[in-house]
Amino acid sequence: MPICGPKLSICCTLLSIWGIIQLALLGIFFQIHSPALFEDIPLKEEDWEEHNFSMSFVHEQYEKTAINCFIGAGIYVAFFIFSYCQFRMNSRTNYEQS
Amino acid sequence: MGSLFRSEDMTLCQLFLQSEAAYACVSELGELGLVQFRDLNPDVNAFQRKFVNEVRRCDEMERKLRFLEKEIRKDGIPMLDTGDNPDAPQPREMIDLEATFEKLESEMNDVNANSEALKKNFLELTELKHILRKTQAFFDEADHHTMQAMHDPLIPDDDVQLLGEELGRHAGQALKLGFVAGVILRERIPAFERMLWRVCRGNVFLKQAEIDTRLEDPITGDRVDKTVFIIFFQGEQLKSRVKKICEGFRATLYPCPETQSDRREMSIGVMTRIEDLNTVLGQTQDHRHRLLVAAAKNIKVWFIKVRKIKAIYHTLNMFNLDVTQKCLISECWCPVADLDRIQQALKRGNERSGSSVPSILNRMSTRQEPPTYHRLNKFTVVFQNIVDAYGVASYREVNPAPWTIISFPFLFAIMFGDAGHGVIMLLFALYLVIMEKRLAPKMSADEIFGMFFNGRYIILLMGAFSIYTGLIYNDIFSKSLNIFGSAWKPDPSVYNTSSMDLKNYKINANNTVERPYPFGLDPVWQLAINKITITNSLKMKISVIFGVCHMLFGLSLSLLNHRFFNKPLNVYFEFIPQLIFMCSIFGYLILLIFVKWLKFGPADTGKAPNLLIGLISMFLFQYEDPCKPTTCWYAGQKGFQITLVVVAVLCVPWMLLVKPYMLRKQHLEGKPHQYTLLNGDMSQDDELLEVVHHVDSETAYPGDDDGYEEKLSVNSGDLLNSEVEGDDGTLDQTGLVRPTPQPFDFSEVMITQAIHTIEYCLGCVSHTASYLRLWALSLAHAQLSEVLWTMVMTTALSFKIQWLSVIFIFVCFAFWACCSIVILVLMEGMSAFLHALRLHWVEFQSKFYKGEGYQFVPFSFDTMLAEYGLAD
Repeated sequence: MPICGPKLSICCTLLSIWGIIQLALLGIFFQIHSPALFEDIPLKEEDWEEHNFSMSFVHEQYEKTAINCFIGAGIYVAFFIFSYCQFRMNSRTNYEQS
Repeated sequence: MGSLFRSEDMTLCQLFLQSEAAYACVSELGELGLVQFRDLNPDVNAFQRKFVNEVRRCDEMERKLRFLEKEIRKDGIPMLDTGDNPDAPQPREMIDLEATFEKLESEMNDVNANSEALKKNFLELTELKHILRKTQAFFDEADHHTMQAMHDPLIPDDDVQLLGEELGRHAGQALKLGFVAGVILRERIPAFERMLWRVCRGNVFLKQAEIDTRLEDPITGDRVDKTVFIIFFQGEQLKSRVKKICEGFRATLYPCPETQSDRREMSIGVMTRIEDLNTVLGQTQDHRHRLLVAAAKNIKVWFIKVRKIKAIYHTLNMFNLDVTQKCLISECWCPVADLDRIQQALKRGNERSGSSVPSILNRMSTRQEPPTYHRLNKFTVVFQNIVDAYGVASYREVNPAPWTIISFPFLFAIMFGDAGHGVIMLLFALYLVIMEKRLAPKMSADEIFGMFFNGRYIILLMGAFSIYTGLIYNDIFSKSLNIFGSAWKPDPSVYNTSSMDLKNYKINANNTVERPYPFGLDPVWQLAINKITITNSLKMKISVIFGVCHMLFGLSLSLLNHRFFNKPLNVYFEFIPQLIFMCSIFGYLILLIFVKWLKFGPADTGKAPNLLIGLISMFLFQYEDPCKPTTCWYAGQKGFQITLVVVAVLCVPWMLLVKPYMLRKQHLEGKPHQYTLLNGDMSQDDELLEVVHHVDSETAYPGDDDGYEEKLSVNSGDLLNSEVEGDDGTLDQTGLVRPTPQPFDFSEVMITQAIHTIEYCLGCVSHTASYLRLWALSLAHAQLSEVLWTMVMTTALSFKIQWLSVIFIFVCFAFWACCSIVILVLMEGMSAFLHALRLHWVEFQSKFYKGEGYQFVPFSFDTMLAEYGLAD
């Protein structure tokens, strides 16, 4: 049963491909503790102070965010499968109609 | 072959076509599409031209075809488009075509009229059927009611007596109720009812019932709701009133028999007639369908044929008739390089028509400005369109399009510097380019996507260049990539994690920088709070450098123009002072920028002299006497800069005064002041006299001037005539034509020159400043994408609770992606595009480009049919 129309399903497919690639890459960059993403990790000054400004705490936060990103990418994989199926169904109904 | 650098060498030609061969020749030329005919009878009314009749017949045929097309569309029959392009048919074939269309149209009309009559009949019968059915119900109900009233035991006896008696009396007496039955549109019912009530003062009884099925209106073909009504009344006067009201409301009245048996009989009759009608209607529809299917197979080809014939006669109408009525004379512009192909086309046309006398193509010399014609392909056409939107190049002027191909996407990319957005743009354009063939028919119809599709090559280049500049700026969705390893090494004693202020991480240039980052901006700047300061300084300098180089390049193109059009005065008294003026101010500025980059390392950059203040004090002659390193670049700077300013100022009177003075001097000495090269290159002068005609050289014009003149003076006053030849006999022979001797007005020349000079000098300053938009837009783009990232993505990523963070990542990424596309790629891309456009039109092209020409519009079947295709 196609739920979304042909245009929406193409949009969602492209968006999820982009999402998979970008979130996976982001996850990898968080995993390797990229300093460019330092501002994006959940790190507050007070918390860090509690941990005595230790580097390991920062790394822990990095890895947590990396896992979040990988999960996000995983959701997008599911979303991709869904929207690609929609797209196929739409194109099949189009084909049958014409 | 023609190059994009200058427009094609064009020539005015005269065509002598035998009357019988003219049609075939013009048809061949139309297929070739390289000739622009001039209207030789501009004063003649459209109705007085020679081939008016033929054009009218074509119009008539086209009307019939359009009618057929409309009918085909109505029935939803697919029209076969084989995509083949038939040749224009012979004139005698036109009669066949006409006969075919005539027959088709009349048949179509017959079928339509028949089916309309049948449908009307059908409608009436169905309405009658419904009336009979519904009124039956009314009558039954009425009977039932009286019966009930008579025998209802609940009603007191005396009442029954009274009513019953009365009813009985009424029925028995002459007071018989009359009735009218009919059908009316459902939406008219309330008004109808009210009107009846008011006019008849409530003395009529209206009963109505809706018809369940929708009925087809035979005239409009719409399906409408209708209602059956029946009105009971008493007396003739009321009857006439009721009838009038029914008429007024367009209700159709039907005779309805009074007794039940009559009604039954009638309804049986109606049913059989409806069945008969249905079969006949079906047959008519079948016939119509067969006709239309047959027509649909050919209709596209017929359209092409008729349009070609019409175009040919339209063109023939622009021709002049010879005195002897034996041949048609036309004048046309055509590219010199294609004369051979035109000759061959004429030859083919002659062969096709079987004419014995050949057609003659004769090159002429003219004082008129020829049209501008660039040979383009699907790649260059976009860039040429960008230039043409500003103004079509003057004839044989240097065309800015070839440089625009590179400089346009490059300037765009400086403003749009983000590799991530560049990748999106590149992928989109790549898709359009790869799927080009499949998308072309779909895209040309859609207005907005058609625009993107037509610009696919420019978008491709813009995307690729944006990736490059994005890597230079080290911006990918506002994040930096550390590819080669940052060259910045913090001093561990100063930057240990326990004491440093993380959020205000400021890069100190005094820290050891081992070597410059190999490519683009060092990624460490992304984390520094003084990032904007450094990128601003870099981007501003880059914009000034590119801007001044772009303008200097435009200026040097003007040298090519002056040399090509042989204007030495412009070279010596315009180009050279302009160049010196520009170089002594802004060239020097660029030099200082490079010196600053090379001379000052990370350690002493804070002490470097300021460029802008330096430039201002250079004009104000403010110098501190002992040359301090914070304000002074080198020893002897004062003297050198003063010299530069003086030279620049001296250039102004050089530009302003010398050229008008020289012109005046030449005028007083009576020398021809400037030659205008109109008809081709110097090298082709001898060719000009060569008469080009394709079959026999005997009829060639003898080559002496008298014959030449006679040939030319056939009809147009703008051709060279003896007057010019008498004065400066050398000119017309060499293709150098002197402009019409105008009275020399010194004040006018002076004013023009003054405007020109002021425009240039002020322009230099304001245009250089204008190039700073490169910096401003790239700053805006970088900041916007950074804000979007921190507002959306950072919020999502830095949630503490994990499952919330995951959901937010999913949702916010979609939002961020949509905003990136809509705001950063589409909107920012549009604004960067417009600014790049402006930089080309105003800042670059004003240095050399006149843009006062007019487009070469050849007579071509292809473009004509394409236009029709767009209109459909």
